[in-house]
Amino acid sequence: MTDMPDTTLTNHPSHDVPLEVDTDDAAGYYTPGAPIKDTKAPSGPIADRWQTRKFEAKLVNPANRRKLNVIIVGTGLAGASAAATMGEAGYNVKSFCYQDSPRRAHSIAAQGGINAAKNYKEDGDSAHRLFYDTVKGGDYRSRESNVYRLAEVSVNIIDQCVAQGVPFAREYGGLLDNRSFGGVQVSRTFYARGQTGQQLLIGAYQALERQVAAGTVKTYTRHEMLELIVVDGTARGIITRDMVTGKIDTHLADVVVLASGGYGNVFYLSTNAMGCNVTAAWRAHRKGAYMANPCYTQIHPTCIPVSGAHQSKLTLMSESLRNDGRIWVPKKKADCEKDPRDIAEEDRDYFLERIYPSFGNLVPRDIASRAAKNMCDEGRGVGPEVEGVRRGVYLDFADAIQRLGRDGVEEKYDNLLDMYERITGENPYEQPMRIYPAVHYVMGGLWVDYDLQSTIPGLFVTGEANFSDHGANRLGASALMQGLADGYFVLPHTIRDYLADGPFEKISEDHPAVVEAKKSVTDRIEHFLTVNGTRSVDSYHRELGNIMWEYCGMERTETGLKKAIDLIRGLKDDFYRNVKVLGTADSLNQSLEKAGRVADFFELGELMCIDALNRRESCGGHFRGESQTEDGEALRHDDQFAYVAAWEYAGETPVLHKEELIYTAIEMKQRSYK
Amino acid sequence: MCLVLGGATVQLVAIHNPERTLVKGAQATKSTVFLKILMAVSGAVFIGFTLLHMYGNLKAFSGHDKFNEYAHHLRILGEPMLPHEGALWIIRAVLLLSLVVHVYAATKLWRRAKNARTVRYQVKKHTGAIFASRLMRWGGVTLLLFIIWHLLNFTVGKVNVSGGATNDPYNLLVDTFDTWWLTIIYLVAMAALGAHLHHGVWSATQTLGLTGSERTRKLAKRSAFGLAVLISGGFSLVPLSVLFGIIEK
Amino acid sequence: MKLTLKIWRQPDASTAGKMHTYDVDDVSADMSFLEMLDVLNEQLNARGEEPIAFDSDCREGICGMCGLMINGEAHGPVTTTTCQLHMRSFVDGETITIEPWRSDAFPVLKDLVVDRGSFDRIIQAGGYISVNTGSAPEAHSVPVPRDNAVRAFNVATCIGCGACVAACPNGSASLFMGAKITHLGELPQGQPERDSRVTNMVAQHDHEGFGGCTNIGACSAACPKEIPLDVISQLNKDLRTAIKHGH
Ligand SMILES: Cc1cc2nc3c(=O)[nH]c(=O)nc-3n(C[C@H](O)[C@H](O)[C@H](O)COP(=O)(O)OP(=O)(O)OC[C@H]3O[C@@H](n4cnc5c(N)ncnc54)[C@H](O)[C@@H]3O)c2cc1C
Ligand code: HEM
Ligand code: HEM
Ligand code: SF4
Ligand code: F3S
Ligand code: FES
Repeated sequence: MTDMPDTTLTNHPSHDVPLEVDTDDAAGYYTPGAPIKDTKAPSGPIADRWQTRKFEAKLVNPANRRKLNVIIVGTGLAGASAAATMGEAGYNVKSFCYQDSPRRAHSIAAQGGINAAKNYKEDGDSAHRLFYDTVKGGDYRSRESNVYRLAEVSVNIIDQCVAQGVPFAREYGGLLDNRSFGGVQVSRTFYARGQTGQQLLIGAYQALERQVAAGTVKTYTRHEMLELIVVDGTARGIITRDMVTGKIDTHLADVVVLASGGYGNVFYLSTNAMGCNVTAAWRAHRKGAYMANPCYTQIHPTCIPVSGAHQSKLTLMSESLRNDGRIWVPKKKADCEKDPRDIAEEDRDYFLERIYPSFGNLVPRDIASRAAKNMCDEGRGVGPEVEGVRRGVYLDFADAIQRLGRDGVEEKYDNLLDMYERITGENPYEQPMRIYPAVHYVMGGLWVDYDLQSTIPGLFVTGEANFSDHGANRLGASALMQGLADGYFVLPHTIRDYLADGPFEKISEDHPAVVEAKKSVTDRIEHFLTVNGTRSVDSYHRELGNIMWEYCGMERTETGLKKAIDLIRGLKDDFYRNVKVLGTADSLNQSLEKAGRVADFFELGELMCIDALNRRESCGGHFRGESQTEDGEALRHDDQFAYVAAWEYAGETPVLHKEELIYTAIEMKQRSYK
Repeated sequence: MCLVLGGATVQLVAIHNPERTLVKGAQATKSTVFLKILMAVSGAVFIGFTLLHMYGNLKAFSGHDKFNEYAHHLRILGEPMLPHEGALWIIRAVLLLSLVVHVYAATKLWRRAKNARTVRYQVKKHTGAIFASRLMRWGGVTLLLFIIWHLLNFTVGKVNVSGGATNDPYNLLVDTFDTWWLTIIYLVAMAALGAHLHHGVWSATQTLGLTGSERTRKLAKRSAFGLAVLISGGFSLVPLSVLFGIIEK
Repeated sequence: MKLTLKIWRQPDASTAGKMHTYDVDDVSADMSFLEMLDVLNEQLNARGEEPIAFDSDCREGICGMCGLMINGEAHGPVTTTTCQLHMRSFVDGETITIEPWRSDAFPVLKDLVVDRGSFDRIIQAGGYISVNTGSAPEAHSVPVPRDNAVRAFNVATCIGCGACVAACPNGSASLFMGAKITHLGELPQGQPERDSRVTNMVAQHDHEGFGGCTNIGACSAACPKEIPLDVISQLNKDLRTAIKHGH
């Protein structure tokens, strides 16, 4: 592997005094760097910051917009909404996705809903309350100004989507319906049956296609971004591979936006789509964009368990099932192989209701997930044995059926229960369902300032690909909100401040930085195709996933993480020497596509472990075995870790820059769900 | 395109135009849907005509005179407002126009459908499609041939295969169906007509946008079946009755 | 279980393809159809044969990326997507024929992968409501009667997989198009562009080379989202109305 040349960063973050830390588990794995500070968020009352920033951001003359070229990688909620809006404004936009149509981005899979502080139910909701819930839900590890802005623009999202024809659920009177989601006390979640993500994405996709017809946006489907072009420290374009013909193309622009989604697939098995990857973000990271909080992953408790080694992905079932289903495992290990219907009531352990009497089955995702894992680790898991362990707990609807009648349960959950039956072949009306946690969402991502600009000037990052709004944990129904907030309402305003300085100097395709970027891509492809080893790409990916799940999953410990780093490094070396990729570079070659993605996952996995090792506290989705209360609850260390860990690429020993988190509008509290 | 190489069927692929453009200045009347509307309207004209014609044919059960009187009545219909055979010629003109439109639209749609899938499936099931729907095109060709023969038989050529008189409609009818193979031709044609209507009537309601709900869709399908049985059955009664001697000269 | 697979292989869009026969053992009933193909691909890779290319992404029945003709049925014998079809729908020893969607408007790119860009262009022709970001009125200013909202939602569930085209003997995309026209046409927001939408989308549909609909109904039977045939009736009605309005 060739290391990228040093890029001089004309970073905008200013560097201040470092925080004091007394434990340093990760010593030796990283180099401490100068702290960073977000300089774009205006000061002043939190409620006025966004208005101020919008006003202060420079304007671009409409006549000049056509001459400004914008590249947007990704067509999910974050990318499609941005491309449509930038197109409407008159910029010249190129939009990229690896699927065969922009409409297939993984946002399509979101089921539950989207939050917005509309307060249609008059139940005391407001932008401030949504802000408060989001910061608290993120376990006080998110940036206050960003979250407030998110809550503020959330209302506009609903207006926009309704006008586009998104068929949200409605009440008989014809007005929009809301539900409460993820243990929140107010009803602020808008939904379209179990397919909110699909309906929102189709809305954004249609807006995007409208701009394609208008000639402002050009879409490049089945094009994968494989490198970022950085010229004199600023992002000036990307290198892509046409996944059908294999052609390596250079696309130059004045600004690049990454909306390339999350990297949960580093775990191999996750609820993400098969193609979700970190490549776009990772290539930018290697060119100087800091990666923030990579270890923050969200694990979702209600997924369908693994049925065997052939498993290619995990399927999420909506969390709403926990409203009526009861979760249990047998009290006795001997009962685990029995038919659950033959296990007497007194031999069942409703462990969530037992440990968390006030929240019961509705405890937050991370708590429910960890409790389920603990049961299985104790040997009380249920379902088929996969690699010697039963990984599953029961989610039982028997009581609900008694209470609501079978019809009542059907009315609320039939599509979910049908899906379960289709996948498992078991009838959930007759026997308890089996569920198990799975990786679902990553809060970590490329570091961005208040303007959503990364540490590479001219490179903006939106949606799940950035780290910005969810801290250490994300509230249900807030990712969709963030994607659309970024794309429709935030980025178009902040990016103009950058573009107002353009048009920028023309770059030619034979500029050394461009040639170098292109060559590094062709070299890498050439390498994968000529190793001619013995193991398939998938087998490496699966092994990497196992390591990550085992040591950097729901519970992380110092020894485990160190072991994981060693294992990953060993596996990565072996991969470069022994992978087997058949086919050619100049045709549709799915093994080749995967090889590039897995290669980047190795490096990301390593950094995630280092980040987790450094963060010797438990917060949100990150649980360090060493940092828990006497009764096994997560223990945060605000005095030492109230910062964003932003990592600068430097080969195997990354540089850690800390952005201190300061709260002015909210008080930090330890959470408790007992 | 299809050729056989070493036992395996190899299908060549049409090379596709990579850059499709967006249509500018679209006109609704140039669309396939419009062609379908033409088919449905001309089909409806046929249905109206066949219903009347069938009613007329059934007069055969009332005997020689009544039937010929009806045939004569057709010719003086509308007189003296219209000239002799005036109404008949109007009907003929409408029918001919409908036929031209119906066949023209059918041919265009058929050609489009062929071009829409030039490489065929090796295995193809027809889940969700009734058999009659797949017979529409060849069934239509059968009907066209039948109509040509039928006109030669009764109207234009007045062919009497048993050598009898051709200027007496009733006798021509009976002579025709006393010949077993002619009856068979007609019965086959009526089966084709039944199938054509079984799908066609439903199809026309759908094409005209009358089936906007599950209820109306079911109703349209049931009516199509009913009408198909009524018309093909009603027509078949006369030839069968002649063959079995219920209707005689 | 053991299976014999007959699979269409074609190196690229402009080279001839043909059927190949493969045997796979150790197929478990819990596998999805695509996981079964993953297993076959691992075996091919190990033998030094290039794996079979097929599309999939979400593998949970929602993105519309997957789609194979399985034993002559689009998405196979169950009303679902190919990725959600499980091997328990097949029996030990069975021979399964697997082909790509066949439609000239969906050219084969490689093996079982086709190009469905024509669907995107149909949407470009008018499958949207023109509202610029930021110009939307307050969401509650336009109530939508619940029945309309429900019908709009039911047909908005189309995932753009193309099974309707694959199954239709005429290679028509009417169900896909009708679903979008009905979705937007049921909503008050969709009214201003109703006539031009249907006119332009149908023109694009024809231009792409899809066949005309003759109301066969195979599309709806193959549709994993069970889009009903009345969307085609709606499409026809809307076009008729557009003609009346002079389009
Ligand atoms: C099963 C599931 C259910 C969920 N449910 C909810 C929910 O109910 N509510 C909620 O708020 N959130 C939910 N989420 C989370 C939410 O859906 C995602 O976080 C969000 O949709 C991400 O949107 P995005 O636009 O950032 O990225 P994505 O939608 O993932 O889009 C990524 C885009 O980037 C492109 N891309 C990626 N890499 C490259 C590359 N190298 N080159 C070119 N293009 C590339 C892809 O083609 C794609 O277009 C759910 C997530 C999952 C997995
Ligand atoms: C068993 C079935 C049928 C019988 C016995 C029958 C009989 C006849 C007879 C006796 C005539 C001559 C009437 C006259 O000259 O006054 C006639 C004319 C005609 N028939 Fe039929 N017919 C049958 C079915 C059909 C069908 C199915 C069609 C069309 C779909 C059809 C179309 C016509 C037409 C177009 C004429 C000519 C009318 C004219 O222009 O004078 N017939 N038929
Ligand atoms: C003259 C010979 C005929 C030919 C070649 C012909 C051919 C066809 C074809 C190809 C179709 C379209 C197939 C489809 O929709 O699936 C069709 C439709 C139809 N035909 Fe005919 N047909 C003929 C005569 C008739 C007659 C005699 C009738 C009625 C008595 C009739 C009634 C209809 C109807 C109602 C439709 C449905 C229109 C629609 O789909 O909207 N046709 N015909
Ligand atoms: S209508 Fe059904 S079959 Fe056709 S594209 Fe949509 S979901 Fe697929
Ligand atoms: S199968 Fe084809 S003919 Fe029409 S009803 Fe469906 S598109
Ligand atoms: S892979 Fe997404 S629908 Fe099948």
